[in-house]
Amino acid sequence: MSDYLVQFNNISKFFGKVIALKDVTMKLRKGEIMCLLGDNGAGKSTLIKTLAGVHKPDEGEIIIEGKKTIFDSPKDALDMGIATVYQDLALVSLMSVTRNFFMGREPLKGPPFFKTFDIEKANKIAAERMGQIGIDVRDPSQAVGTMSGGERQCLAISRAIYFGAKVLVLDEPTSALGVHQASVVLKYIVKAASQGLAVILITHNVHHAYPVGNSFTVLNRGKSLGTYEKKNITREKLLSMMAGGEELDKLEVELKEMNRLSTN
Amino acid sequence: MSTKSKSIESKTDFNQDERLQKVSKLKILLNRPELGALGGAILVFIFFGIVAGDTGMFSAYGILNFLDVSANLGIIAIAAAMLMIGGEFDLSIGSMIGFAGICIAIPAIYWGWPLWMSIIFAFSMAVLVGYFNGILVVRTGLPSFIVTLAMLFILRGATLALTRLITGRTQVPGLRVLIENDPIAWIFATDTFKWLFTWLGSMNLIALRTDGTPLATGIPPSVIWFIALAIISTWILMKTRYGNWIFASGGDKNGANNVGVPVGRVKISLFIGTAVAATIFATIQVLDAGSADTMRGTLKELEAIAAAVVGGCLLTGGYGSAIGAAFGAIIFGTVSMGIFYTDVDTDWFKVFLGAMMLVAVIFNNYIRRKVTESK
Repeated sequence: MSDYLVQFNNISKFFGKVIALKDVTMKLRKGEIMCLLGDNGAGKSTLIKTLAGVHKPDEGEIIIEGKKTIFDSPKDALDMGIATVYQDLALVSLMSVTRNFFMGREPLKGPPFFKTFDIEKANKIAAERMGQIGIDVRDPSQAVGTMSGGERQCLAISRAIYFGAKVLVLDEPTSALGVHQASVVLKYIVKAASQGLAVILITHNVHHAYPVGNSFTVLNRGKSLGTYEKKNITREKLLSMMAGGEELDKLEVELKEMNRLSTN
Repeated sequence: MSTKSKSIESKTDFNQDERLQKVSKLKILLNRPELGALGGAILVFIFFGIVAGDTGMFSAYGILNFLDVSANLGIIAIAAAMLMIGGEFDLSIGSMIGFAGICIAIPAIYWGWPLWMSIIFAFSMAVLVGYFNGILVVRTGLPSFIVTLAMLFILRGATLALTRLITGRTQVPGLRVLIENDPIAWIFATDTFKWLFTWLGSMNLIALRTDGTPLATGIPPSVIWFIALAIISTWILMKTRYGNWIFASGGDKNGANNVGVPVGRVKISLFIGTAVAATIFATIQVLDAGSADTMRGTLKELEAIAAAVVGGCLLTGGYGSAIGAAFGAIIFGTVSMGIFYTDVDTDWFKVFLGAMMLVAVIFNNYIRRKVTESK
């Protein structure tokens, strides 16, 4: 199945005695959005960090474009085209849109040893890129702090794409956003995927994930409860799997029992 | 999948948000960090122009006098500002000044080194101290406030103890005779534009001594260093990749790290910068006075930080300017000298310094909220 852009096969990660991840498998084609769903403590963060090269998996393999790969550092992952947009977005709110867009990867001009940050070029590219996603940056030197949460999220994603991401790992991109802003960000994610990127969307919000995802992987206590194509699963089923449906059913029974006892 | 994405409009509508208002050019200008300090400096000059305009304060000699004081403070304030923008503090600047002075004087006087060699030695020690401060902060993750506070005591104590051990006293005089014909010392000890002052004197435009030479002999080296450092630092901050890394490191350490900014290296280099600036300060003063004093530079770190804050630096990092710190230093230097020309008791200077800083911090805080407030 070499038509997969990335494959994470049977990834396990242990921290001492704690099994953070066990046998998690995910496969993505170009243009696909996979949603990774899970409750708090399900192992989402560990999985993201493993994808991003922060953690090395203790078991399992990562295959990118048919080649088995080991990430030694976040930079390795980035060089292979796996860009992770964390919840903090790696944006500095006091700095300008342009300075954020090119943070760490500034375009340079001028003779050797006297190279300067090509701010004109950077401004142009940043404004252009933000314009493409419909964010009219009147002044690319305005501080990111003046932008809305959705705009910031789009800026971070747009930056990752500009710097050659093939696989976009998005950590809770909509969690801090209102409904309107969230839908704008989700639209942009779909658009990015339609341009050939593979997107791993990490979220605990099924209502945000279901409309945009092509497939869904549910994590629970470090284990994958399986990957489902959209046509094979309903929103309600996902919800109950995620919330640990059985757990809640059990709770309901217990509560009824308690009620019965207390009324007696 | 593909049908869905086609139906998505490529343009979304952030900008049509009716709650957004246009930002005028004036407002952008008002958001510059150095604006407050520039305004403050102008106010200070107007004030002394009125109060002390007919005294000697604004004669060539008077101007050079307060410029010299401003410039000395400015040299360390600019470096402190760069470090603060990078998100850290250096409280050991003042102690480094004393230490650097001794590093020049003892080898030159007691060990018979040529002066240029002891100057290079002092700068090497500065790089070491700065590197040590930096690596300690970066590796341990401890607040630089604490780490450099420890260094403040260690350096001052070592300066005192070593000087007394080697020389038996706390001052090392006798450097003045060594300056002449030294290949390096002139960089820190030469008044420039002497011809201009001689000419102005001969035209009777500036005050003369009784022997006919002008009272103000030339631009002191501190002023040249100050201007050069202000220009270079501003260029670095605004125009280079390293400058962007400084803002990024101070603004959000983790974020900067995640996108590939070598935050650790940036911070260490900035700590080296403050120690080197302290050494420039020390070299100029030691060569000017002809002697090194173990207590030299005491409390200078706080004045440098105060000037940087007045210049628009946020204590939390990520925001500020080198030019602002330069104006901050000019404000303090001008007031500290200008107060002699007024009837005000000089004891009030510290009150002014504190009040000025308080106003600046409140102003900066307001600006920061303006800049970062989100919708």
